[in-house]
Amino acid sequence: MIRVEHLTKNYGARVAVADVTFDVGKGEVLGFLGPNGAGKTTTMRILTGYLPPSGGRAEVAGFDVATQSLQARARIGYLPETVPLYPDMSVRSYLDFMGKIKGARDRRREVDRSMEKARIAHRAGDQIGKLSKGLRQRVGLAQALLGDPPVLILDEPTSGLDPKQIIETRNLIKSLGGEHTVILSTHILPEVAATCSRIVIISNGRVVAEDTPENLDRRLKGAESIAVTVRGPRDQVTRALKSVPRVLSVQAETDGKVGGLATFTVQSEVGADIREALACVVVQSGFGLMELRPAHLSLEEIFLQLTTSDAPAEVAA
Amino acid sequence: MRNVWAVATRELRGYFLSPLAYVVIALFLALSGYLFALILANGREASLRGLIQNVSVLYLFIVPAISMRLLAEEQRTGTVELLLTNPVQEWEIVTGKFLASIMLVLVMLALTLVFPLFLFIFGNPDRGPMITGYVGIFLQAAAFLSIGLWASSLTQNQIVAAIVAFALLLVLWLSDNLGQFLGGTIGSIVSYTSVINRFQSFPQGVIQSNDVVYYLTLVLAGIVLSTLSLQSRRYR
Repeated sequence: MIRVEHLTKNYGARVAVADVTFDVGKGEVLGFLGPNGAGKTTTMRILTGYLPPSGGRAEVAGFDVATQSLQARARIGYLPETVPLYPDMSVRSYLDFMGKIKGARDRRREVDRSMEKARIAHRAGDQIGKLSKGLRQRVGLAQALLGDPPVLILDEPTSGLDPKQIIETRNLIKSLGGEHTVILSTHILPEVAATCSRIVIISNGRVVAEDTPENLDRRLKGAESIAVTVRGPRDQVTRALKSVPRVLSVQAETDGKVGGLATFTVQSEVGADIREALACVVVQSGFGLMELRPAHLSLEEIFLQLTTSDAPAEVAA
Repeated sequence: MRNVWAVATRELRGYFLSPLAYVVIALFLALSGYLFALILANGREASLRGLIQNVSVLYLFIVPAISMRLLAEEQRTGTVELLLTNPVQEWEIVTGKFLASIMLVLVMLALTLVFPLFLFIFGNPDRGPMITGYVGIFLQAAAFLSIGLWASSLTQNQIVAAIVAFALLLVLWLSDNLGQFLGGTIGSIVSYTSVINRFQSFPQGVIQSNDVVYYLTLVLAGIVLSTLSLQSRRYR
């Protein structure tokens, strides 16, 4: 649905986006992740036809965004980072205007439908300038949904919202996947884990990683890790855990003095599921097994590794 | 064309949702009413010639106030990005904005029809020069608005847009003097750009084609330049 090939954008001498390549399949929700200033917004502006690329090309729904801009734009719903609204207008008249611009058929119903979907219908008559930030965000979202475009490009859709609104917005975005192809940019990590089926991490204008959240996690660690919480003397438990086959390392996370409980991170070879074996060993050695769960390197850690390491290219390779 | 109309009607509603339109129209009516009364009291002549020749001065201040927000505000709030990421082209936005400001001026000029009404009630004025006079000030408004629109496309700041528009209009006013000073071919070219000789014949009942061409050229130039200015983001 979206194809980006070797996309490059220079602002004078400054390179904002360098050789970015990725694909987004139909119905996919792609998380476009990166620190502020990484080139996320620039990439989105190119995809929406607002800026021309300096090099490379991008296609949306089969239309080149540079040469067939109007056709491509007609198939995109875009929510820019600072939600562009006309503060003097009411929600309904604003959406009606945007519907005209988008050439939406059956405009009245389409406006109602998008307001319903973005949960702003109850404030349809209100002046936009008097709405709270969260409600304005919803108006922007309703605008993007107008005309039911196959592709949605959302630039930091949850910025400035309160936690409840963030969760609502994420659920909405999640529900849009399947029907719509969505690109969602953010620098907030739990967001992509919560909503996206695939992640592209961009830093200094370059793609440093691209994968599913789960794979990114695994690939970065190079090993599976399991957190085990056990009641028992620390050294003995460590020894017992190490005796399990295919275990690479065992590390005690807490000091084991608090109520005799200790949490261990057990690393094993990739693809080995040693949970049963671990449980067996703990119980047979007479310790109390309190908890056993797969431990993930949080996306925060992955992100920091990728975007702050000196050689991000190695990780991507 | 659908987009042009959508932009124009939204902008016109925007004018009347803010106090700007009311303030500008009230100011224009008050000042032109004052001029009308003054000229009438002094000249005791049932015609609009004096007023129409002076409207140009009012435009110098009124037009920048009308045109300043047209594109500057959209650029400041980012709504221009919204429009241009939809299937809308730059010229459609520019033309729509221009039409909205023209419609505002039409409302404004329509309200001044109360002056000729007085003349018809209390005198027996000549109809022809009045009609051509109105054609003249309408064309002039269009030309000035188009220049103001261009000024507004150059900045995100409404005040800057207004000042630039005022300066440009003032140049058009004063270029006749410069032309006379320079003399020769260059001087006559510079003089040609002056607006000062363009509004003399209309209120006398004469529509000269070169005056009309002059105004329409300015309208077109303003629209083309504004369009280019919106497109310039692509080359930065």
